[in-house]
Amino acid sequence: MASQNYYDPADLKKFGKISDWSKELGDKFFDYYGKVFEEGALTAREKSLIALAVAHTEMCPYCIDAYSQDGLQRGITKEEMMEAIHVGAAIKSGATLVHGVMMMNKVNKLEM
Amino acid sequence: MLKEKKQQQQSLHKRHSELAMANNQLEKLSNGIFANGELPTFSEKIKESNQFPLRPKKLEILQINVGYMCNQVCEHCHVDAGPDRKEIMTRETMMQCLEVIRNTGAHTLDLTGGAPEMNPDFRWFVDEASKAGIQDFIVRSNLTIIRANKKYYDLPEFFKNHNVHVVSSMPHWTRGKTDKQRGEGVFDLSIKALQELNAVGYGMPDSDLRLDLVYNPSGAFLPGDQASMEKDFKKALLDDFGIHFHSLFAITNLPISRFLDYLIASENYEDYMYSLVEAYNPAAVNNVMCRNTISVSWDGYLYDCDFNQMLELKVASKIQHVSEYNEDILNDRKIIISQHCYGCTAGAGSSCQGAVTD
Ligand code: SF4
Ligand code: SF4
Repeated sequence: MASQNYYDPADLKKFGKISDWSKELGDKFFDYYGKVFEEGALTAREKSLIALAVAHTEMCPYCIDAYSQDGLQRGITKEEMMEAIHVGAAIKSGATLVHGVMMMNKVNKLEM
Repeated sequence: MLKEKKQQQQSLHKRHSELAMANNQLEKLSNGIFANGELPTFSEKIKESNQFPLRPKKLEILQINVGYMCNQVCEHCHVDAGPDRKEIMTRETMMQCLEVIRNTGAHTLDLTGGAPEMNPDFRWFVDEASKAGIQDFIVRSNLTIIRANKKYYDLPEFFKNHNVHVVSSMPHWTRGKTDKQRGEGVFDLSIKALQELNAVGYGMPDSDLRLDLVYNPSGAFLPGDQASMEKDFKKALLDDFGIHFHSLFAITNLPISRFLDYLIASENYEDYMYSLVEAYNPAAVNNVMCRNTISVSWDGYLYDCDFNQMLELKVASKIQHVSEYNEDILNDRKIIISQHCYGCTAGAGSSCQGAVTD
């Protein structure tokens, strides 16, 4: 093993290599990926911000690296990027907390 | 921290930085990742697509740098310009340039600096040059100069009277990003200057008085798509300040001079070179600006482009000075290249007129 870490920044550049071991699926994925980020009903700029927020909720260092850079290239401001991450964080914490109702239901059912 | 910032707001020359010397920059660009084969050199790269040696096409643009003095000291400046730079074109050299301007086959004259307006003979030169009947007469104005001193307040009128095409830099539509790259207060002054240019007719939707803006990234990343940046700039400047302009040119920062210094100091140099090489676009090589431009320095020497001028790489021709200018002989030269050229061929390509491919 060359790397001492599970995550290596240099691996991001090798992403395309996943097609080497399964060309058809790899190609289909990259086609799809490229298409998703094209200008559509949403602008490419909006998509970049969504990607950045999801990159954080998924806690993917490669995606965070890629979409921080992508945002800068598109002229997206730091404030916009941080707000997008808060949207992700709010949904994450909301999703956690809304399960509190489940807990409450269960407790209420069990308790006398 | 504040002190460190102050230190940086001086030219490399003033700081006696090693990188103030062109040969040290060239050495940096040839060593390391390019010497050990990690990345291909620019000549190796263009050989892959049979574009070596790089040769001129028809001359279209004559770019004249009338001096390195500037009222600003932008962190990314490839000229290493600043108030301390004393290299200023004399009237005598200007007269030699005028001779060339009157006889050139180029359709565009492009005056740059530093802040060209700070040359004491600037107005005389513009006055004379505008009589030569060149189709497109560009002055690269940094905007803040218009508000820097009373004696410059009438520049918008002056430009208008000479039918000059104004091209100005504006790194972002927000104050924070602009001031970070170009210095405290630059944003507000630039906005004011743009409003004044608009007031005399520059940049207005149906006006013939052309006002274009130049965007270059404020950091170690490449510019995004020119058309969508233009859309964002237009919307933000109009909504927030009522400002109009014509086109936006998205320009890649080349790894020379102060930007190179920044890349090294911020430990971004290698990653930046990687991203330039990765974004290499052979189609952009056809339209790099050295292929249709001659650049003249403040002391009258001739270069393939403004970047080669700063690297002190004079044209590879027996004609090297404006006093002996001969377009046919000059056009028969090989263009001098090094790894900084990757900045012109990344993505959609980059020139003083922005992207070079669709
Ligand atoms: S980038 Fe332009 S405005 Fe800024 S210091 Fe250099 S010449 Fe002056
Ligand atoms: S840096 Fe100058 S010589 Fe090199 S490709 Fe760009 S314009 Fe041509």
